[in-house]
Amino acid sequence: MNSRFMLAIRQALRQIGRNVTMTFASLFSITAILLILGLFFVLLVNISNLSESVQENFNTVEVNLLDSADRADAEAMMDRFRGMEGVRSVVFRTKDENLERWKTNWGDNADLLDRLSANPVPNSIIVETETLAAADALIPQAEQMEGIDKISYARDTVNKLIKITGFIRMGALILISVLLIISVVVVSNTVKLTVLAREKEITIMKYVGATNWFIRGPFLMEGIVIGVAAALISGALIAGIYHYIVSNFGVNAVLILSVGFVPEEHLLVNLAVIFLALGVSIGACGSIISMRRFLDR
Amino acid sequence: MIEYRNVTKKYGGNIGVEDVSIRIEKGEFVFLVGPSGAGKSTFVKLLLKLLEPDAGEIFFNDRDVTRLQSIDIPKHRRSMGIVFQDFSLLPKKTVFENVAFAMEIIQMPRRAVKRQVPQILELVGVSAEADKYPAQISIGEQQRVALARAIVNNPAVLIADEPTGNLDPETGWEIMRLLDQINKRGTTVLMVTHSKEIVNSMGKRVIAIRDGRLVRDEQVGMYHPEDDPIDAGGSEELFKI
Repeated sequence: MNSRFMLAIRQALRQIGRNVTMTFASLFSITAILLILGLFFVLLVNISNLSESVQENFNTVEVNLLDSADRADAEAMMDRFRGMEGVRSVVFRTKDENLERWKTNWGDNADLLDRLSANPVPNSIIVETETLAAADALIPQAEQMEGIDKISYARDTVNKLIKITGFIRMGALILISVLLIISVVVVSNTVKLTVLAREKEITIMKYVGATNWFIRGPFLMEGIVIGVAAALISGALIAGIYHYIVSNFGVNAVLILSVGFVPEEHLLVNLAVIFLALGVSIGACGSIISMRRFLDR
Repeated sequence: MIEYRNVTKKYGGNIGVEDVSIRIEKGEFVFLVGPSGAGKSTFVKLLLKLLEPDAGEIFFNDRDVTRLQSIDIPKHRRSMGIVFQDFSLLPKKTVFENVAFAMEIIQMPRRAVKRQVPQILELVGVSAEADKYPAQISIGEQQRVALARAIVNNPAVLIADEPTGNLDPETGWEIMRLLDQINKRGTTVLMVTHSKEIVNSMGKRVIAIRDGRLVRDEQVGMYHPEDDPIDAGGSEELFKI
């Protein structure tokens, strides 16, 4: 650390102490913006997490067989499915088993099914794949096989879900970008006020022969110090809020969505890194932008 | 030391200075007089390279100022000390810090700052006020601090813009004695003024500008009535901050 750097830090701290109002105005705006950004970030990460695990649960294809296909045909088909890429498991389910499942699903109305003389429900093969894409790839091949009546696959539901989470994600990204633009405008305006309050100082520095970077130094340092402070405050607030939500609603989330929240430590470490980077760059950019008109050469 | 060769600077259709040629030697004490808007401000700003001339050349220590690269401008300005009419002290810095500031921004080592600032404060006679803020000292003392800041880096030229303009006559004379003392140590002094009494009794070189043109240059000059500011309030300042 050379003496020039130390001088810049010393001046920054001295100025922050002497311009308390402006410093708090900047600190407050950056903190508020980072807080909103952080909440959206947390929401976004959790939505991505949710959509990934839901997709994993919907990777099951049910192949209904014609009654003309006997058990041996079914075994042959199952072997073909087992040979396909990305297939995790292949299970045979008999007419009777399927009827039982229907009855369970129908609940109180299950007695309607009891009146049937013959079981109308087909035998079926349940194919579970590693990924949704594997299930997609498998369908056209299954359709070519003999003895197949209908293939049901929660594809539409999954697609709808993917679309919805996609919209939410897009919306959050747009909001984050808008907020970032607003934050740079707000911060550069706030810093501009600080600079205006010290226009005289800057002019004197210029007349006495200070270099542009020397004049910028303390303001830059001031912006960065404020940015880092804002990052720490908003990061701590978000950690608190997230901890509260996870410990109070974490169980409900698992019950309703069968997916938990993204673990705190993992999320917050990433958030801290992002916040520090954002705080430093918002502070630095704000200072440089707002000083441009004072340094003509 | 300072030489203007046929320097012209216009703002749109308005004349700043027109075809000005002049030489000022090292160690001279020069009064720059003329009515408001005559071009005094432009004259000095050109020397500081706060403005670019439209035509002509300006030499400072045999170097063409108009050809200076922007990276060399700070260095060029460091060879000049400037005193403003309104003192321009930073209100949130103490007397000591205000003077130290001029040394800090040209990155003098802290040791040198601690040694030199008290010496300069002693020279201008405000040692006792070192830890006070500008608002806590008299106007005359503030102008002394401004002088201290202007000379602490040992400039070759001291430019003073109506340094006595806001002072009562007695305090004004104290500042003039200081300027004379600084001049005797070898610093060239260029002083803009409207004070007839000061110009006439100092018996120094007088350069008069009118409508952008050099109208008088006398080695031992006197103040003329036409040098008075048009607005007798005398509120004009070279350096608006």
